[in-house]
Amino acid sequence: MPESPEHTITREEVAHLADLARIDLTDTELDHLAPQLSVILESIASIQGVAGDDVPPTSHALPLTNVFRDDVERPCLTAEEALSGAPEVEQQRFKVPHILGDEQ
Amino acid sequence: MTGEGAAGPARSVRATAADLSAALDEGRTTSVEVTRAHLDRIAEVDGDVHAFLHVDAEGALIAAAESDERRAAGRTWSALDGIPIAVKDVMATRGLPTTCGSHILEGWVPPYDATVVARLRGAGLPILGKTNMDEFAMGSSTEHSAFGPTHNPWDLTRIPGGSGGGSAAAVAAYEAPLAIGTDTGGSIRQPGAVTGTVGVKPTYGGVSRYGLVALANSLDQAGPVTRTVLDAALLHEVIGGHDPLDSTSIEQQLPALVDAARRGADGDLTGVRIGVVRELGGEGYQTGVLARFEESVELMTKAGAEVVEVSCPHFVHALATYYLILPAEASSNLARFDAMRYGLRVTPGGDPSAEDVMRATREAGFGDEVKRRIILGTYALSSGYYDAYYGQAQKVRTLVTRDFEAAFEQADVLVSPTAPTTAFKIGEKVDDPLAMYLNDLATIPANLSGVPGISIPSGLADEDGLPAGVQILAPAMADDRVYRVGAAMEALLVQEWGGRLLDEAPELTSRGGSPLASSGTEWES
Repeated sequence: MPESPEHTITREEVAHLADLARIDLTDTELDHLAPQLSVILESIASIQGVAGDDVPPTSHALPLTNVFRDDVERPCLTAEEALSGAPEVEQQRFKVPHILGDEQ
Repeated sequence: MTGEGAAGPARSVRATAADLSAALDEGRTTSVEVTRAHLDRIAEVDGDVHAFLHVDAEGALIAAAESDERRAAGRTWSALDGIPIAVKDVMATRGLPTTCGSHILEGWVPPYDATVVARLRGAGLPILGKTNMDEFAMGSSTEHSAFGPTHNPWDLTRIPGGSGGGSAAAVAAYEAPLAIGTDTGGSIRQPGAVTGTVGVKPTYGGVSRYGLVALANSLDQAGPVTRTVLDAALLHEVIGGHDPLDSTSIEQQLPALVDAARRGADGDLTGVRIGVVRELGGEGYQTGVLARFEESVELMTKAGAEVVEVSCPHFVHALATYYLILPAEASSNLARFDAMRYGLRVTPGGDPSAEDVMRATREAGFGDEVKRRIILGTYALSSGYYDAYYGQAQKVRTLVTRDFEAAFEQADVLVSPTAPTTAFKIGEKVDDPLAMYLNDLATIPANLSGVPGISIPSGLADEDGLPAGVQILAPAMADDRVYRVGAAMEALLVQEWGGRLLDEAPELTSRGGSPLASSGTEWES
């Protein structure tokens, strides 16, 4: 892990991040995004060092407590309703392209 | 609509929801008349304004007729029964398209209602349609909508703010008396400021997020978009309160908001401590915006308020904090758009795998700003950078909240300009993301800490004659304070002006263009 990250994002890094985020960026987009993101990163990197180690992180604005409900039957969507927006349906199921490659 | 023949449909679009409610009660008009008048207004001006992505004329008129039947039988459901409303297109509406301003959801019709929408229907409000927004609520100008920008009714060449520019413009252009917005970093309040309307971001957890398509779930909050503070309070009471379907919903009763707004309308602020936030003003704020803000503070002093200056030193880091936390949460939330269960599916050639389809669909379906933020969020969350960026942002978020806590020991409410500038020209900042982000400078701290805020019109900036707004913030669950002080400010300013600020807006006239010709507008009937 780098001690102090460089506040720039290279074209290769953007391509890698897009891969992680499952977006097929075009070459033009990659050219455009790398410098744009570097400018943004440069600006937001200013928060480094603002809070010391003794400051606890906040993940939610207000304190969260776990919420339970009774395990009882209640109305819900029908299968037809749940599938109503699906790109493809087969045998009352979401039909998706193959997930595993041939070798798997 | 006080006095002279105001109950006629043509005039009814200028009436407040509170006045419409009285007119309905007194039998001076009907919900069908009022709803039809707004549909006519939409047909007349929305070709120019483009506040709506979908108009449901048939559904609205059916709901209006049912409301009239209830009223005739003496069984109305709420104070707003029969008053039509527009809903931001980020809220799931059963049977009505919900796109979030994105191609990836184009044509999707949700099989369920968001809790806010269910409460609107349960209170008898006819839904006129869905309003335009920056794609997935990412933006401050509504230019990032995949279906074309919304135009500010004050000057059609300018932005109406964002992300909820459609809701604010609809209300400002008298296309709807009421609208629903959502505010993640200012998306209700900043459009309110630049269109001369009222917008409220409730306490986080005060209004259910169930069925609100998540941008950043620790920041998102739905709220009212209206022309008066009282109307906002009336709407807030309809949509607010605990919802078991949202695990972050606060299990407490809402404070009495309508009472607070009515009480504030006497313009008396005796004994109220008002804190001017030193860090939310000065450099980066337009001269005319600051001048109107300072006059508003003077008015509060004259009305008996005790005005003190407070310092929130970490607010200067709020913007950077927000642009780490928001993309991080958004990159995770938007992973659900995977082309498998609903929405767009783009299938590349050959024998594509599910992952190939996902990549192609997300490339085709998401716009530039959404891609920017997903990549930025993925970066901020990746190992090696997590501590330096996202982890640090979460800590600074704690410091911002501590600043609020200290400030609220000195003052009952905090005030600042809502947005640093008035409405800018469409196209001016669309390719400069950083300049765009600065619009939310003053509104973001409230989202980071979950506190409620209101924006009300503060006047017109001298240099461009465009509306500016003043923001009033209160501690969490003290939403009644923003209504009391907001209503008082509004009363004092309206008295100064001799009418509402929106009365100064230029008249929109139909240029003969059909709303059908505008990009993305669909008519349901």
